[in-house]
Amino acid sequence: MSIKTANRIRLTLSYLILLGAIAVVIYPIIWVVGSSLNPGNSLSSSTIIPENATLDHYRKLFAETEYLTWYWNTLKICFITMVLSVIFIGLTAYAFSRYKFVGRKNGLLLFLILQMIPQFVAILAIYILAFQVGLLDTHLALILVYVGGLIPMNTYLAKNYYDTIPKELDESARIDGAGHFRIFWQIILPLSKPILAVIALFSFISPFADFILASILISSDEKQTLAVGLFNMISNKFGNNFTLFAAGSVLVAIPIGLLFLSLQRYFISGLTAGGTKG
Amino acid sequence: MTHRKTAALLSIIPGVGQCYNKQWVKGSIFLFLAACYFIAFLDFLNIGLWGIVTLGTEVPRDHSIFLLVNGVISLIVVAIGLGFYALNFYDAYQNGKKRDMGLKLNTLREQYHNVIDKGFPYLMVGPGFLLLVFVVIFPIIFMLLLSFTNYNLYNSPPSKLVDWVGLQTFIEMFTLDIWRETFISVFAWTIIWTFTATTLQIGVGIFLAVLLNQKDLKFKGLIRTLLILPWAVPAFVSILIFSGLFNDTFGAINNDVLAAFGIDSIPWMTDPFYTKIALIFIQSWLGFPFVMAMTTGVLQSIPGELYEAATVDGATTWDKFKKITLPMILFTTAPILITQYTFNFNNFNVIYLFNNGGPAIPDQNAGGTDILISWIYNLTMTSAQYSKAAAVTVMLSIIIVSVSLFYFRKTKSFKDEGMI
Repeated sequence: MSIKTANRIRLTLSYLILLGAIAVVIYPIIWVVGSSLNPGNSLSSSTIIPENATLDHYRKLFAETEYLTWYWNTLKICFITMVLSVIFIGLTAYAFSRYKFVGRKNGLLLFLILQMIPQFVAILAIYILAFQVGLLDTHLALILVYVGGLIPMNTYLAKNYYDTIPKELDESARIDGAGHFRIFWQIILPLSKPILAVIALFSFISPFADFILASILISSDEKQTLAVGLFNMISNKFGNNFTLFAAGSVLVAIPIGLLFLSLQRYFISGLTAGGTKG
Repeated sequence: MTHRKTAALLSIIPGVGQCYNKQWVKGSIFLFLAACYFIAFLDFLNIGLWGIVTLGTEVPRDHSIFLLVNGVISLIVVAIGLGFYALNFYDAYQNGKKRDMGLKLNTLREQYHNVIDKGFPYLMVGPGFLLLVFVVIFPIIFMLLLSFTNYNLYNSPPSKLVDWVGLQTFIEMFTLDIWRETFISVFAWTIIWTFTATTLQIGVGIFLAVLLNQKDLKFKGLIRTLLILPWAVPAFVSILIFSGLFNDTFGAINNDVLAAFGIDSIPWMTDPFYTKIALIFIQSWLGFPFVMAMTTGVLQSIPGELYEAATVDGATTWDKFKKITLPMILFTTAPILITQYTFNFNNFNVIYLFNNGGPAIPDQNAGGTDILISWIYNLTMTSAQYSKAAAVTVMLSIIIVSVSLFYFRKTKSFKDEGMI
């Protein structure tokens, strides 16, 4: 067998395998787009390429369900969580990176342990606490819980990044008479934009993907987030609302998917930094 | 008696020691803060600490669980108070020591600057830490305490009281047959799930990345973008779509895909074995793109000379993969790959959203595909076995923390901070 034929076999095999992988990846996506265009409500009659394609379900989604409200709630919660997390994490990590203070070492150890325990194991406690302070069924409760949960892990991420910024910069600024906050604001902050962008991205995406906390803390339909709303849409009488659900998921998947694809490299850099240095 | 001892002794009442050191402003601020603390919290602490000890004595006046919540908050408030109290002693002692040595004490102005300087890191950590105390630390302490009570459906407040039962709940987990068997089967599946699903997603990811990295392959960018789609679409959406696809009677997997190959319908959602297969498949589908994207980055950074040298030495493609590519990938990405395992250990979404941890199976009180985390959810939300849920939570946390600490001890940043 010549090298040329060997190469040809290798390439053909590679293409075949990749084609198979693409088929497996694409099939569910095409299927759900197909379902969303199918006439009728149920799963049983839907075919992947609908015969009488219709946009009825999309219309119904806006007219008869709280879908748009869910969408708005989710974006609002994600955005506020993102802003608050970046502020809290940026400040906390700065103190841990630059100052020697009593409790620093124990604080870091505490953060390390807390980031391992998933926050939602204590759902019952979170529920009761929210109930007692009267925040049950409010977005504020959800936001506070998300921000708190994001602090430990992301503080490590930011601290590790701050540690790489030379301390000489702060010192020379201090000699020039800059105060503590000014050093943070004018020197550290501009230099740490990349990691803050990654943290912002994480803090936007993780509330978006959360199901468990939202399902416990929020009870009214009009305050629901997308994850819970869509889940309820198909878990009540399975199959009967499937096409409606399909339309709903297409409208989530497309914008978020595009946003993700354009920001993909930040995700990879952030996760890699978190893993190797954490 | 030296000044330092007198000052420290007088500080039993906060602020008096400072006044003895003639730091009148600081002393009165301390005294004022202490007075505020007592006025504001005395009643709350009194009831809170009583409540956490007794968990209530009278129905319907006392609600055990609320008493427990207030008790935990009281403990946190007491801890903060004690911290300040210790600070007060320390300050009086240090300034007394300065006087003993004949040094001049700081003027008010210097004290002010000192507070700003020393206090700055606390000011920055403060807000985030306070939030963390309430939404993360408080719930964990609460669950820990709850696991030592007998809180369940049958003695729920407000009509009944909950009692401290010590280790009873843990003992029952291991002595009552139904609990022990459920725990063992859930735990076993959690481990199997973590290892097979994660290893598969890593394997597929690396394999496809290597395949895609061949120099003479065309349409690389397009293929990569298509293959990364499962990562781009929010996971909860994909999982819910899969639960439709795998539906026993309506789902397209049975009706279209398997039918096309002439295979009979498979009970994906009603037979635990097949549900498990489906779950592992879904998690591989969801998880491989990240590994693939990351591996691609590593592959592009391996110097080409390594392969050329290997070719000169007569290595086959397989040799090159085994001796160069794979070690390089594993060496640089090992820490992240390990976080993939811990992620799947707690992967609630895929288990719960796909089939609610079901199907139900006889003789145990967890669904056939429940992992520890989704079992905790079900114990809390559907069967109201709160103390059992708390006990499982405590065990789960101990497992995760000990495994992770064991691993983290080896990482660089941990050693840098000297935390071992």
